[in-house]
Amino acid sequence: MTTEALSASSSRLLEGPHGAKPKKLTISRIGVYAFLVLAALFFLMPLWVMVVTSLKGMPEIQMRNLFAWPSELTFEPWIKAWDTACTGRDCNGLKPGFWNSVKITAVGTVFSIVIAAMNGYALSFWRYKGANILFGLLLFGAFVPYQVVIYPLILAFRQVGLFGTFPAIIIVHTIFGMPILTLLFRNFFVSLPPELFKAARVDGAGFWQIFFQIMLPMSVPIAIVAVILQVTGIWNDFLFGTVFAGRENMPMTVQLNNIVQTTTGVREYNVHMAATILTAAVPLAVYFISGKWFVRGIAAGAVKG
Amino acid sequence: MQHSVSIRDLSLNFGNVKVLQHLDLDIAQGEFIVLLGPSGCGKSTLLNCIAGLLDVSEGQIFIGGKNVTWEEPKDRGIGMVFQSYALYPQMTVERNLSFGLRVAGMKKDEIDKRVQRASEILQIGPLLQRKPVELSGGQRQRVAIGRALVRDVDVFLFDEPLSNLDAKLRSDLRVEIKRLHQRLKNTMIYVTHDQIEALTLADRIAIMKNGVIQQLSDPHTIYNKPVNLYVAGFIGSPSMNFLQGQLHGGAQPTFVADDGTSITTGKYDFAVAPAGVTKAVLGVRPEHIVIGEAARSMPFSAEVEIEIVEPMGSDTLAWTKIAGHQVTFRADSDVHLEVGQKLLVGFDPARGSIFNSETTNRL
Repeated sequence: MTTEALSASSSRLLEGPHGAKPKKLTISRIGVYAFLVLAALFFLMPLWVMVVTSLKGMPEIQMRNLFAWPSELTFEPWIKAWDTACTGRDCNGLKPGFWNSVKITAVGTVFSIVIAAMNGYALSFWRYKGANILFGLLLFGAFVPYQVVIYPLILAFRQVGLFGTFPAIIIVHTIFGMPILTLLFRNFFVSLPPELFKAARVDGAGFWQIFFQIMLPMSVPIAIVAVILQVTGIWNDFLFGTVFAGRENMPMTVQLNNIVQTTTGVREYNVHMAATILTAAVPLAVYFISGKWFVRGIAAGAVKG
Repeated sequence: MQHSVSIRDLSLNFGNVKVLQHLDLDIAQGEFIVLLGPSGCGKSTLLNCIAGLLDVSEGQIFIGGKNVTWEEPKDRGIGMVFQSYALYPQMTVERNLSFGLRVAGMKKDEIDKRVQRASEILQIGPLLQRKPVELSGGQRQRVAIGRALVRDVDVFLFDEPLSNLDAKLRSDLRVEIKRLHQRLKNTMIYVTHDQIEALTLADRIAIMKNGVIQQLSDPHTIYNKPVNLYVAGFIGSPSMNFLQGQLHGGAQPTFVADDGTSITTGKYDFAVAPAGVTKAVLGVRPEHIVIGEAARSMPFSAEVEIEIVEPMGSDTLAWTKIAGHQVTFRADSDVHLEVGQKLLVGFDPARGSIFNSETTNRL
C-alpha cells in the first residue's frame, strides 16, 4: 500500500521544472572566470620572473629572455645567496641574518602577545577607573607615525644603555605591536559571556587564576591571529631592524638590502632573486599554512559567539 | 530570629541612573525567594549585589548573620547559577565542578567526595569526563547547579537559570530545582521573568519594578490579593481584566463602570471602608468569570456576545465585552463556544481586586 502511494505521488508531477535547479555555465560566467584567471596570471608574473631568474646562470640572464625557463638549470645562486654572498666586507650570505630574524621574531612575538593578552583581559573584565581612557590612548598609539617616535626612542635607549642591542629591538616591536594586539584581544574577551568571569569569581579565582586557567586557554583562536600578525610584521620589518638592532642582530631584511645594494663588480641578479625569495619565504609559508586560521580568528574576534 | 540573608536600605546607582532604591528584604533560613519582574527592573542587579559581583552604593547585606557588604564573592558563602550556564568550555565536567575547590586548595579526596555527591544528586555521573560542548542545554544547566552544590554553601543564587531552555526541559528542570530545594533545605534566591516559575517554586515572591519591590508575599496572596495595579497586571496569564469606573462608598459599596453598569461589591474585603466617590478600577481574573446557569447565582451577571475564541487544549479562552471593556474568560474545553454566540456570564467582585485609579493601590 505504501509503495502504491509512493508511485502514485511521483506520477502526480506535471510538466515543467522539478527537483533541484540545474547549474548552467552561461557566457557571462565564462567571461568572469577568464578575467579572474588572467588577473591571477598577471599578479603571478613577478614571482615567475624571480624564480626563473634565480635558476639561471649569469650569461643566460644577460641574453635577456626574462620569462623563459632556464636552458641550463643551476642552484648555484641559491647556495651563494644563503652562504657566501657579500654584504660589505663580510661574505657569509643571508645565513646570520636569517637566524637573527628567527630570534627577534620568536622572542618579540611571544613577548608582545603575552602582554597584549593581559592588557585585553584587564581592559575587558576588570573595568577599573579610567580603563576606557587608557584603551583610547592605546588605540591612539596605532595612528602615531613611526618617524615621530624613532628619534626620541633612540635617545631614550641611549640613556639606559640599550641602544643597538637585542632587548632594544624586542622592546620596540612590543611597543609598536601593542595597540593593534590589545584591540584584538580586548574585542575577543568582550565577546565572551561575562557570566564566565562572574562564575570564576564566585568560585574564588583571582586575577591571575582567571587569566591563566580560564581566559588564556579560551583565546587560542585569537592568539593564532596575533601570532600571524606579529610573525609577518616583525619578520618583514626593515626600519626598526636597521635603527635599533645593532650590527650583531641585523635581521634578514636588512642583510638582503645590503646584498642587493653592494655595488662592487657585476650585479648578480640571480643571487639577488634567490636571496629575496629566501627572505620572503617565511611570511609566505605563514600565510599558506595559516590562511584558514587567520580568517577564522578574525571572524571570531569580530562576531559574537 | 536570625535571617539567612538580610538586605538593609540597599541602593545602587550607575552614575545618575538609580537601579536599586532603598531596598529592604529579609530572607529566612531555607526559604525559596523568587525575584520577579520585567527585564530592566533591577532583579538581576540585586542578585549580583548579593553575590558580591557588583559594589553597592548604599546600604548593607548580611548573609548568615555576617555583614558581607565589602566581602569578595567567594567569602560570602554563596553559589551561583547563571542563565548562560557559564561553564568553563575547555574543562571537563569534573574539572568544572571542582574548579572552585581546587582554587581554594582543598585536599584531593575531599574534592572527589564532594564531586561524587553532587553528581549523584544531579545524576550527571556518566557525564563527568565530557566537555561542556558535548552536553545538551539541560545537562549543562545541571552541571552549573552542581558547581554551586559542591561549594557546600548556605545560599544558592539562580539568575534566570531556565530561560535558555526549551519549554519542555524548562518544566522538567523546574520540578528538579524544587526537589533539590526540598532535599537540601538551603536558602535559595531565584531571579526570573517567568511568572509560572515564580508561582510554582517560591515560598515568597518579590515583584520588582524600577528597582523597587512592589509586593513581597506568598504566591497565593500575590495572585489573589495584588497590592497595586502593576502587580495585578503582571501576574496571571491571560492577564487580569480591568473595568474602569467609580467606587461609591456607603453601607454597601458599589462599583459603577464608565458606561453606568452598576456592580455591588458584596463581601469584598476592603482595607479601609470606602467613603464618598473614588475613581477606581475593578480587576477580575479570567478564571473567576463563570458562564451559563452558574452565572445566575453570582452577584453580577450579564448577557454578552463572544468575539474571539482561543482553544488552548486544557481550556478555552474567549474574548467579549463587559461594561464596555474588553474582557477574557476561561471556559472548560468541552463547552462549545462560537463567535457571535450570546451567553450569560457572571462573577463575584469579592474574588476580584479593586484599585484606586490615581494611586493604583488596592482598596
